[in-house]
Amino acid sequence: MSHITTAEVENRDGADAGLLASAVYAGRLSHLRKLEAESIYIVREAVAEFSHPVMMYSIGKDSSVMLRLAQKAFHPGKIPFPLLHIDTSYKFPEMIAFRDAYAKEVGAQLIVHRNEEALQAGANPFALGTQKCCGLLKTKSLLDALADGGFNAALGGARRDEEKSRAKERIYSFRDAHGQWDPKNQRPELWNLFNSRIDKSESIRVFPLSNWTELDVWLYILAENIPIVPLYYAKEREVVLRNGSLVVIHDRSELQFGEEPRLVKCRMRSLGCVPCTGAIRSEADTLPKIIEEMISFRRSERENRAIDHDEEGSMEMKKREGYF
Amino acid sequence: MSTALATVDAFNSFLQQELTKDLLRFTTAGSVDDGKSTLIGRLLHDAKGVYEDQLASVKKSKVNRSNGLIDFSLLTDGLRAEREQGITIDVAYRYFATARRRFIIADTPGHEQYTRNMATGASTANLAIILVDATKGLLPQTRRHSYIASLLGIPNVVAAINKMDLVDYCEDVFSRLSDDFQELAAQLGIASAICIPVSATEGDNIVDASTKTPWYEGPTLLEYLETVPVREAATIESLRFPVQLVIRPDSTFRGFAGQIVEGRVRVGDPIVALPSGKSTSVRSIVTFDGNLDSAGQGESVTLELDDEIDISRGDMLVSPLRQPTTSAVFVATLVWMSEKPLVVGQSYLAKHTTRSVKARVTGVRHRVNVNTLAHESAGTLDMNSIAVVDVETSHPLLFDLYEQSRSTGSFILIDPISNATVAAAMILEDDSESTSPARHLDSRGADSSRPVTAVEKFERHGHGPAMFLLPGAAIEAAERALFAEGFETIVLRGDSLRQGHFFYVFDLLYSAGFVILAGAEALDAEVRRELQQERAERTVFDVSSGADEVSSNELISRVLINARSLRLGTHAEKGE
Repeated sequence: MSHITTAEVENRDGADAGLLASAVYAGRLSHLRKLEAESIYIVREAVAEFSHPVMMYSIGKDSSVMLRLAQKAFHPGKIPFPLLHIDTSYKFPEMIAFRDAYAKEVGAQLIVHRNEEALQAGANPFALGTQKCCGLLKTKSLLDALADGGFNAALGGARRDEEKSRAKERIYSFRDAHGQWDPKNQRPELWNLFNSRIDKSESIRVFPLSNWTELDVWLYILAENIPIVPLYYAKEREVVLRNGSLVVIHDRSELQFGEEPRLVKCRMRSLGCVPCTGAIRSEADTLPKIIEEMISFRRSERENRAIDHDEEGSMEMKKREGYF
Repeated sequence: MSTALATVDAFNSFLQQELTKDLLRFTTAGSVDDGKSTLIGRLLHDAKGVYEDQLASVKKSKVNRSNGLIDFSLLTDGLRAEREQGITIDVAYRYFATARRRFIIADTPGHEQYTRNMATGASTANLAIILVDATKGLLPQTRRHSYIASLLGIPNVVAAINKMDLVDYCEDVFSRLSDDFQELAAQLGIASAICIPVSATEGDNIVDASTKTPWYEGPTLLEYLETVPVREAATIESLRFPVQLVIRPDSTFRGFAGQIVEGRVRVGDPIVALPSGKSTSVRSIVTFDGNLDSAGQGESVTLELDDEIDISRGDMLVSPLRQPTTSAVFVATLVWMSEKPLVVGQSYLAKHTTRSVKARVTGVRHRVNVNTLAHESAGTLDMNSIAVVDVETSHPLLFDLYEQSRSTGSFILIDPISNATVAAAMILEDDSESTSPARHLDSRGADSSRPVTAVEKFERHGHGPAMFLLPGAAIEAAERALFAEGFETIVLRGDSLRQGHFFYVFDLLYSAGFVILAGAEALDAEVRRELQQERAERTVFDVSSGADEVSSNELISRVLINARSLRLGTHAEKGE
């Protein structure tokens, strides 16, 4: 297929790609093929019905899957919308390097947006708390970027199995002129008939991966040979233990008083900002091992991301304000 | 070495199993106290679908409505309002898998005001679980839930007779409820219905067979979910391919992207493009992963055709052997979903497959009382009402009946002002032949004696009136082309063209809102001058001048381009 990136060369082992491919494409539609076809349908609908679509690209594994689905949806044409990355400036350096290389490889236009004003004012999760920091660097930044680009539909990689309030969100999630979600006033969504009608300055968030689970995403990455950021693979990294999470240290200046980094073999289950994304101890340095690990210890992937834990229902509150 | 190899083999066979699993989508319905959320929580928990940390956060939650150690319903009630009020207010989707199968649950609330949520959850489900409280028996809600499941075409229905622990696992109670439920299912025409005695709080017969119901020999709930054949709601075996978009990266490639909603397509198959009715065949089935020889229901592909036919989004590629109905009048069952009641005669938008058209409900035949299933008369529909109605669209829809195809038999109605999705609709019968203008008058009722306005006529026809002057030889083809696009047409011939008669007939037909066609050479100069001067405010297209120099196709396309502008005219006047 496409070029094999360094990440794959380092990390793929003996899993037999031919075997996997034949399993996926066996006559009857497996659940994964059904999900794929449904997602391609959704991505195409969004492009057919909105004048200014954009795809949110967070660099994570779900984004990588979504990007592959977009390639499939418009083949042999090019992806007909830009990718938008909301950069908080606190992302892992590996993520940024991967983003730039991969967007280029896929041939998609990449828009990177930062809330420079807040960053210059010194916004960071330590001083502001995660709620406020996310509000400024992600939510506000996202809304500004959507407004700047005049985008009326934003495709996002969120899955309903990630978190309780996401479980109730529509595939076409209506947002008012302020980008806000009103969970009690959602449009009913029947069959695969999506209501794309909006007034000026309103928008729709489109979630093609709504029905995928974390396992589906990993199986698909394996079966499709999709490149992912190396942080997902276990290796020895310098970490400290902070509030019960393993925090990867890139630079000693990130250390808080009294902390001493240790080398631990670990990996990320989901990618966010450095200060708020914990690593897990892991030996899983290949895709099959990651999948094996997922199944053997079941711990939701968001457990190590502080933002969902601030307060019961914190994700719902963020979403009401316009967060993805 | 051999152990490592064995592990790789074991893991590959595991992956193979994961990749080839099939998918069952089911919905759950039950009333507030039936213990539905508890049942799902139990199913997820016992099927090891609940992640340990989510379980941990439920354990430390301040609210615990159950008497047990863990309140399973908290696993599914996602929104704050729900946690506070202890009820489920919206459809929530849940995911779990077992070694055999992967599941998507649409968990829908059961209380009266949320019929629309159950219809939503049921619309994509292959199976429904209906909760029955063993201590209460079949309630009006049970009837309602079963009716909605049958209405939305769910082929398999399971009644989970819950709270068996509270009736001492009594076989007689179960048998009685089971008989009652089978009777109901038969009455509703549900293809397959079974009953399982369970206790969600105790975990009886959810995953493992209970020792307390030795008299029950059937499957546990999970066993049933894992083994029941995944049946599509309904399926015709003929190709239905609604075109989503045209993919044209360069001059060498022109493909039609979409999902095959019914049937199968093979390279070389003859197909018909609707609504144009033009025939061609499939040149190639294109995907990112390479071209395919054939593709079946559910697959998203791009089709290249042998001939250059004008096809765009909203058109449908179908099997020539069995084509869908093309009609702008039909009967449908509506589930009304908006707080704003239905206004008979008002213009809504209908979204059907990839096609959006204007639509009006011209009359309510009867409303169904969802608790008794009795037919009642109704002039309008409130939120959560279900009714059989007459529908008319501005352009024909390309449909099969809902009982034959969920994809091409369903549509939604959207309010063009609020943009809200106001109704779900299932097409019940094609009404193109039985419809006469007289019946429309009847069905709209004699409640109003006010005159019919030009705007109302515009809405009925989907276009404003106009006159086309054409070369006589092109009239028939032009009328056919206009008619195919849904225009109300009439051709003026013979006597009516004579001076003296002409304007009488013309004004009459024009005020009726028709697209009038006449041969230019048959009109005398006086009439033509008067058309230009006296009636300058009327829409008149003269496509006869210079007509000799263009092909008849070119001429027809000029007519169509002009005619399409008539769909917009009154829009502007109405300030929309």
